[in-house]
Amino acid sequence: TPWDKVLINLYNHYIDETPQRTKLLDVFLVFLAAVGALQFLYCVLAGNYPFNAFLSGFGATVGQFVLTISLRIQTTEANKSEFPQVSPERSFADFIVCSLILHFFCINFIN
Amino acid sequence: MAVATQGASSGINSQNTRTLLRVSILFLIAAAAVASRLFSVIRFESIIHEFDPWFNFRATKYLVANGFYKFWDWFDDRTWHPLGRVTGGTLYPGLMVTSGVIYHALRALTVPVDIRNICVLLAPAFSGLTAYAAYLLTNEMTTSSSAGLLAAAFMGITPGYISRSVAGSYDNEAIAIFLLVFTFYLWIKALKLGSMLWGALCALFYGYMVASWGGYAFITCLLPLHAFVLIGMGRFSDRLYVSYTTWYALGTLASMQIPFVGFLPVKTSEHMPALGIFGLVQLVGLLQYVRSSMSAKQFKTFVITVLVGAIGIGLAGLVGLTSLGYIAPWSGRFYSLWDTGYAKIHIPIIASVSEHQPTAWPAFFFDLNMLIWLFPAGVYLLFQDLRDEHVFVVVYALFGSYFAGVMVRLMLTLTPIVCVSAAIAASQILDTYLSAKKPNLEDVTDAGSTDAKPAKTSGLRVSSKPAVGIFTLVSKALVVGGMVVYLLMFVSHCTWVTSNAYSSPSVVLASRMPDGSQHIIDDYREAYQWLRQNTKEDAKIMSWWDYGYQIGGMADRPTLVDNNTWNNTHIATVGKAMSSSEEVSYPIMRQHEVDYVLVVFGGLLGYSGDDINKFLWMVRIAEGIWPEEVKERNFFTSRGEYRVDAEATDTMKNSLMYKMSYYNYHSLFPAGQTVDRVRGARLPDQGPVLNTIEEAYTTENWIIRIYKVKDLDNVGRDLAAAASFDRGQKKKASKKKGPRVLRVD
Repeated sequence: TPWDKVLINLYNHYIDETPQRTKLLDVFLVFLAAVGALQFLYCVLAGNYPFNAFLSGFGATVGQFVLTISLRIQTTEANKSEFPQVSPERSFADFIVCSLILHFFCINFIN
Repeated sequence: MAVATQGASSGINSQNTRTLLRVSILFLIAAAAVASRLFSVIRFESIIHEFDPWFNFRATKYLVANGFYKFWDWFDDRTWHPLGRVTGGTLYPGLMVTSGVIYHALRALTVPVDIRNICVLLAPAFSGLTAYAAYLLTNEMTTSSSAGLLAAAFMGITPGYISRSVAGSYDNEAIAIFLLVFTFYLWIKALKLGSMLWGALCALFYGYMVASWGGYAFITCLLPLHAFVLIGMGRFSDRLYVSYTTWYALGTLASMQIPFVGFLPVKTSEHMPALGIFGLVQLVGLLQYVRSSMSAKQFKTFVITVLVGAIGIGLAGLVGLTSLGYIAPWSGRFYSLWDTGYAKIHIPIIASVSEHQPTAWPAFFFDLNMLIWLFPAGVYLLFQDLRDEHVFVVVYALFGSYFAGVMVRLMLTLTPIVCVSAAIAASQILDTYLSAKKPNLEDVTDAGSTDAKPAKTSGLRVSSKPAVGIFTLVSKALVVGGMVVYLLMFVSHCTWVTSNAYSSPSVVLASRMPDGSQHIIDDYREAYQWLRQNTKEDAKIMSWWDYGYQIGGMADRPTLVDNNTWNNTHIATVGKAMSSSEEVSYPIMRQHEVDYVLVVFGGLLGYSGDDINKFLWMVRIAEGIWPEEVKERNFFTSRGEYRVDAEATDTMKNSLMYKMSYYNYHSLFPAGQTVDRVRGARLPDQGPVLNTIEEAYTTENWIIRIYKVKDLDNVGRDLAAAASFDRGQKKKASKKKGPRVLRVD
């Protein structure tokens, strides 16, 4: 079926083309997605009573997820042309600063 | 010598000189921005204007006196009398915290400045920063070096912005417009560079904006809209992904830190566009990633399935959650921007505010002068070379114009973009006519007599002519001279408008004597000062909500309702007390422990913003809650006129407001000549009679009248009977009848 083909194609492409460091980032992304999904599931099952706690936990995973993807985008060779002024080191520093801000807000919000 | 002059002449265009010029121009602009806002301070005195700023001022004083944590948890029991107000959770603390920080910083620098002066001068100070932010934003839009400076100059002195930021106008907008423009600048910067750091800065300033003004919803809707339009134009890029997601993730969490905002970013419809575009950006990013690894045909199937599925689920989820009540629909204030007739019908309290009316054309010219016609030209010029950031200007211009057309107050959010795009248009003209070099005419047959010679007719006559018309000195001088004249006229217009229209503190009224000297009418402060000094510390004052903040700020007495109109029913209660007869009002006032009632009456002086003119709104708001007891119809004569003279209806004449306004008024005039100068009505000789309240104070020009609510009668009579007994009126000789009332033991 076409869908199998698509997925196999995607998988092969990923395994072949992705450098080691990016794969490491992807593992982190998978982890974050799993944590976020678990929290959401728990919220659905057990109710959202301390809603700020749910929001800050979930927001932390989502925020960290998009920040990591941003780091991944900026450090990918193919995207070099899009970010002429952002070196990988710079983007890692940005990533750290943004993550610190994110965690400050989350910890403040979780009370 | 020759070397020296050469060095000087090359120095004129060197980088350093330009920077010096730039910095000094920006400083001069900031100085002009500050200076043009000081009219009211110089003419009158350094006081807070208007109504809302008095609350901000009071809150700031509380913050400075009690510290940040007390301020954060401040329960104010001196407003909304029986209820109180959880102030820490129902205000935007940005303004107060900003001036608190400035106050303490100045103290640390051993410049102890009074907090009132900081509050008065905060808006002018920030207007200088706004001009700088406009400079930065415009420089992102165009390569022309003059556009930014022009935009800064426009932003500094345009009346559309000055109207809300004169010295003494200590309102949220004072800092919010700076934050608005600066947030937009950071957003454009983040989008251009695709940098997380700029996105995070944008989010931080967005958080500051959320802390400062309810208008942050404008940013929340505009940035997603910009992103959406970019995606729709097929301009999705990784830079957009990085900047948007960073802004959204950090900015949303930042906005939720403000107690007044709390969970709103996930629970209300105003914030749903941002969330939806966040999801869409993820999706498009995924597609973009997948695209590189698939054949075109596979990609097509993939795209259609994923895109349609996800957007369908997203929209269905939004509709479902909204109809199930998990997501609040648009609030009335926001909704009335779309359905412009909504507020007038359903929420009179929104429609009753004069700032919420639609804008008339002259207002645009009055507030923006020549910018209003340069504005579309600027937008058009940006269309010509449509880069990502130009799309932002276009989107902003469209939405800003719409909102400014619907509501007078939102002219304020339109002004920045008008300044930016007008500056782009103006600088385009100036660049074209000032710095355009004469083209090299070697390829043209004869440079000397271009227009005299028809040249070889090898095509259209026009194309064979060299395009040198605009390069002659005359045309350059003419156009540039015209532009300069317009710019000078703009400055004089702005100064005139600011001086004449926007620099009057509504606390003191100024009028001119026949000889041209100024006469100050200071009845407001006279009355508030009387209240402050001659009533007990916790005497409750009932007045219409307009004066709530001023009473709290100047008289320092508890009020029943104030300008923060969070409880419509409570306001309607006051409206009912004001619009009913004394028999009905007295129990209401007793129940709410009212000690004094304050009304504003402009009949003697011709001050039109008085309570009789606002009276119909009180009636309408009360009617919304008690349609059986208060009827607007009863205040009109049978011919549908709203009158206060002898023809007025009985309901009108018996209403507490009417009686309080005209009590004893006839005693000022000779018989038969009692005139109300606002309504232009001749009043009857016999003034109204008050039984349940007594006049406590009336100011010099009768603008404010304060009445004291009488205590219950000692002997247990109702107050009307007691008062008529005191006046010596005999009870009607009743025939000796047995008592009509049964005693219940």
